[in-house]
Amino acid sequence: MAVTLDQTIAQKQHTFFSRLFANQTFWVVIAVILACLFLSFATDAFATQKNLFNITRNITFVAIVALGMTFVIITGGIDLSVGSVLCLCSMVLAVTMHAGYSIEIGILASIVTALAIGAFNGVLIAYLGFPPFVVTLGMLSVARSLAMVASNNTVVFQFGPDHDKLLALGGGAWVFGIANPVLYMILLALITGFILRWTKFGRHIFAIGGNEHAATLTGVPVRQIKVAVYMISALSAGLAGIIQTGWLGAVTTNLGNGMELQVIAATVIGGADLAGGVGTAFGAIVGAALIEVIRNSLGLLGINAFWQGTFIGGAIILAVLFDRIRNFRRSD
Amino acid sequence: MSVLELANISKHFGAIQAVNDVSFTLEAGEVVGLMGDNGAGKSTLVKMIAGNFRPSHGTMHMDGKELILHKPAEARQHGIEIVHQDLALCNNLTAAANVYLGRELRRGIGPFRILDYAAMYKRAGQLFAELKSETRPRDLVKQMSGGQRQAVAIARTMLSQAKIVLMDEPTAAISVRQVAEVLNLIRHLRDQGIAVVLISHRMPDVFDVADRVIVMRRGRKVADKKIASSSPEEVTGLITGAIEQVA
Repeated sequence: MAVTLDQTIAQKQHTFFSRLFANQTFWVVIAVILACLFLSFATDAFATQKNLFNITRNITFVAIVALGMTFVIITGGIDLSVGSVLCLCSMVLAVTMHAGYSIEIGILASIVTALAIGAFNGVLIAYLGFPPFVVTLGMLSVARSLAMVASNNTVVFQFGPDHDKLLALGGGAWVFGIANPVLYMILLALITGFILRWTKFGRHIFAIGGNEHAATLTGVPVRQIKVAVYMISALSAGLAGIIQTGWLGAVTTNLGNGMELQVIAATVIGGADLAGGVGTAFGAIVGAALIEVIRNSLGLLGINAFWQGTFIGGAIILAVLFDRIRNFRRSD
Repeated sequence: MSVLELANISKHFGAIQAVNDVSFTLEAGEVVGLMGDNGAGKSTLVKMIAGNFRPSHGTMHMDGKELILHKPAEARQHGIEIVHQDLALCNNLTAAANVYLGRELRRGIGPFRILDYAAMYKRAGQLFAELKSETRPRDLVKQMSGGQRQAVAIARTMLSQAKIVLMDEPTAAISVRQVAEVLNLIRHLRDQGIAVVLISHRMPDVFDVADRVIVMRRGRKVADKKIASSSPEEVTGLITGAIEQVA
């Protein structure tokens, strides 16, 4: 029977499974599950409630920032300032509360700080044509220095009248004994996933990463969207900073040092493409999970902690290697 | 009444006179080939019609009313669509997403509106069927042939009720078989009563599909003739300057 034009057009080329197997995130999920299974059998300490609680909570800070970073990376940009912004926002919260203000005002000040930094980065990048790498590298230095100025480089561990509220916010487990940071992470991941898949804004972010020139020509407000993604990235760092402050109960100017690299690693392992145009919320979480499981397992297996960097670096390269291999096969 | 009428249009950038005193009209359902060497002013002229540049002198009228454009979005509102030379497609998006880029369909109430995937796939599929192109709305553009990519870019112009479609070198970088496909797409637009301006370097394409040819040289219009009463030799002469000007 002859195939009509309409049938050809209506045909779906990919089945659910072909899509799944061609997906880097899927394989990273498999890797995480296999690693967890292996560790459950190989060690006694892994599958304990305490350890799992620890792992899930440790994932969250990198994962929350990675969600924001995903927006930036999809547009083809990069934000190196997130670690420092996290530190500055923590410090603004801590100093404000230490001075006797309420937790609401502290959080507000912290979020305003994050948005202002994101807007500054975004405007320089979108309107003045600065390379994202340079602007955010500069901000990496500026934000950490400002955190030192704000605190006079001391450790802040007294948060004024709302001290206990802040500690409950970050350190509590309000629902079913799941650590609060994990709940925030899940909520933020759902919001991120929704924005990327179902909104015009999300669609335009992908368009900018795919072909910025085309996006401009077709009337996408490229500049405004770029400013917005850097604000989202800084905001996610700020939120992670607030939560982490509550969890740690103290802020030092060391907080979030080198975190930008972990965050970028998590996004890339989760399937985002640094060249732009590809990335998911779920991928960011899964990438952060793989990094944390590797770190945790090395400790439990009694491997010298100096090897951590090698294994995490290996995971980054391996994840991207699979992607390369698939592309080679496709182009043959 | 003509769809578009340009009267004494000039454009200069500083001391450079890119387009000099050009007038012509465009009728509905007509394909006009716009030819000329590099730097002859074709692109500048088209960019003024598409709203990218404002003319330094002269006026444009659309359906008898004066047309003043400040930006490309306004041209689109007036029913002027452009197919860019590089097609302006995003490889990482589906065909349907590219067709609707910048004017996505949404459903929902008030501020709670989400992308309407089903409607966009459906309408994009209808457009491809109309264009007789074997293009699947759900396929990523990066997996597509040159002809399919052209179909996606052209389908974009059919979303709204376009009156004029400007095509910038649509056959410059594709295979022979695909050129035939694109020329068919152009005929299809014409049959719907759309006026098409085809900028091209390729003589055979223009003589194959156009009703009329306008030749530009050094910013001036040097010829505006029916294809039937011209010849490739004459047009080549006009482009290079071997023939000075024809009535």
